[in-house]
Amino acid sequence: MRENKSKYSIDIEDLYVEYRTDYGVVKALNGMDLKIEHGKTLGLVGETGAGKTTTGLSILKLIPDPPGVIVGGSIKLDGEDLMEKTEKEMGQIRGKEISMIFQDPMTALNPVMTVEEQIAESIELHEQVSKSEAIEKARAMLELVGIPGERGKEYPHQFSGGMKQRVVIAIALACNPSLLIADEPTTALDVTIQAQVLEMMKELKEKYNTSMLMITHDLGIVAEICDTVSIIYAGQVVEHGNLEDIFENTRHPYTEGLFNSLPNLKDRKAKLKPIKGLMPDPANLPEGCAFCPRCDYAMEICKTQKPEKIYRNDGHYVRCHLYNEENIQEGRLETR
Amino acid sequence: MQNTTAPAVSRAEAVKKYKKTSQFGETMKRMARNKAAVLGLIILVALILMSLCADFLYDYDTYVVKQNIADRLQWPSAQHPLGTDEFGRDLLARIVHGSRTSLLLSFAAVALSLAVGGFLGAIAGYYGKWLDNLLMRIMDVILAIPMTLFAMVIVAALGASTLNLVIALSVSQIPTFARVVRGAVLTVKDSEYIEAARAIGQRDLSIISAHVLPNCMAPIIVQTTLRIAATITSTASLSFLGLGVTAPTPEWGALLSTGRTFIRDSSYLTFFPGLFIMITILSLNLLGDGLRDALDPRLR
Repeated sequence: MRENKSKYSIDIEDLYVEYRTDYGVVKALNGMDLKIEHGKTLGLVGETGAGKTTTGLSILKLIPDPPGVIVGGSIKLDGEDLMEKTEKEMGQIRGKEISMIFQDPMTALNPVMTVEEQIAESIELHEQVSKSEAIEKARAMLELVGIPGERGKEYPHQFSGGMKQRVVIAIALACNPSLLIADEPTTALDVTIQAQVLEMMKELKEKYNTSMLMITHDLGIVAEICDTVSIIYAGQVVEHGNLEDIFENTRHPYTEGLFNSLPNLKDRKAKLKPIKGLMPDPANLPEGCAFCPRCDYAMEICKTQKPEKIYRNDGHYVRCHLYNEENIQEGRLETR
Repeated sequence: MQNTTAPAVSRAEAVKKYKKTSQFGETMKRMARNKAAVLGLIILVALILMSLCADFLYDYDTYVVKQNIADRLQWPSAQHPLGTDEFGRDLLARIVHGSRTSLLLSFAAVALSLAVGGFLGAIAGYYGKWLDNLLMRIMDVILAIPMTLFAMVIVAALGASTLNLVIALSVSQIPTFARVVRGAVLTVKDSEYIEAARAIGQRDLSIISAHVLPNCMAPIIVQTTLRIAATITSTASLSFLGLGVTAPTPEWGALLSTGRTFIRDSSYLTFFPGLFIMITILSLNLLGDGLRDALDPRLR
């Protein structure tokens, strides 16, 4: 097992990313914080456009540039600052130390290349092996994700969606990375396959002691495989904690809104309570708390001042003006 | 016991069989199923064989160059299967020998412009930004000059020789290839699998050669077959102006344009060279189509 220099596999602090277009500056990430301990899984939950994928791409330094610019903050992979790496050094880190599982397996594979070649590509690039050894290892990877090795000769269109996602996972895990970024890995799959793929990812992650950043908007997946959860809104983490903190001791009105948007199986007559309104335009964020215009609990202060972190315990914090040191323990949200 | 071992053996055999077929072999096998492509391939091979064996079929000096005024402008007969030209030379012999110049010139010129234009188009499309702008504006400038005129300028500047003719014909075609390849690259380069290749740390040039270009084959193949046809005719116009192949060297385009003078009474003089050009292009198109389908794994 690899030696760890830092407590955290990945440590992002105060990251700001902007997309500078002719029509204005879109602030995608506004002081993003994110920490994952070795071998743990963090669920990054938020709405479409909250900055989840941007976070994932920032770690790989693959933000499309232009228009994307990392304005400030730090990203440390096992204590090493990625911001200082050159493009060439990043090439050695991508795929080897950090790899990514893409959202849509239908488009993440090259249609004119055999499956085993695509897995072998990563192995050849990062390990000192011959082409045939790489192909052999690629077949072993296929077996590992539950596909017969001889099917590696086939092309992506000959595979079903679930199998393609397995192939994508095999590519991501081929070089035994220390961090796996999974960008909504099961969104494009149907539910039965979702469960299989998640179960497999969980097993492989434990086997290789890989840390994982699970980008999703599905709280069910979070409950299933994550250790800690960060709720992200308009490019900033609004609430962070372990599963118990988030699910049992919800503090932020937005997190509560997310839970209320889920159908309740026990009380099937209960109406869904969606969060009213839409995400604020990231090119034109509110002056105060970004969630303020949609918040049922909004106060005067919310309109003008950005909330700071308030800790409930060592791991659980929330950014909301509802709380201060005294009342953070009991919570102020109406019970669900 | 036997029941359990039997499938294992056959499976091992199946795997072995699987390994044997190479990419090339498989493409050929798939193409063999396409009758039209096979026909195209046969015609093309026959044409190439014809040009290789030209010296065995007709002696260059006796049949192709030597004039025989008594036999001038004869319609096709047993002695002269395709008739004779205005100097009494056998047309078939001239077409057979002409295939050497025509095929060599057009294939070489198109191959050269495909290589250069394809490379420029690929990096322009892939990197975009200022490089794209710079390269494409240069291409626009070249495109703005009529192809024949541009070739004339190059031949006039470098002197008339076969090599210079190839250069002239290819340089004027580079923009067309660069544009087609660039366009195809633009549609492919934003695909998620390109991003995925970048996410495993693959280098740009490998991404272009392994992921981008193989997905752009269809338009490139079609463009290549069409340009070969165009090149044969532009060689003719250059020859016509005295900048291409000089008389008495036969060349299909030149045969076509000299035959034009006699089209009223001796139409066969334009018909047969034209027919050969058409057959060449047709065979290339059939082959190109078949190749495109055979190379696309989704159509298997």
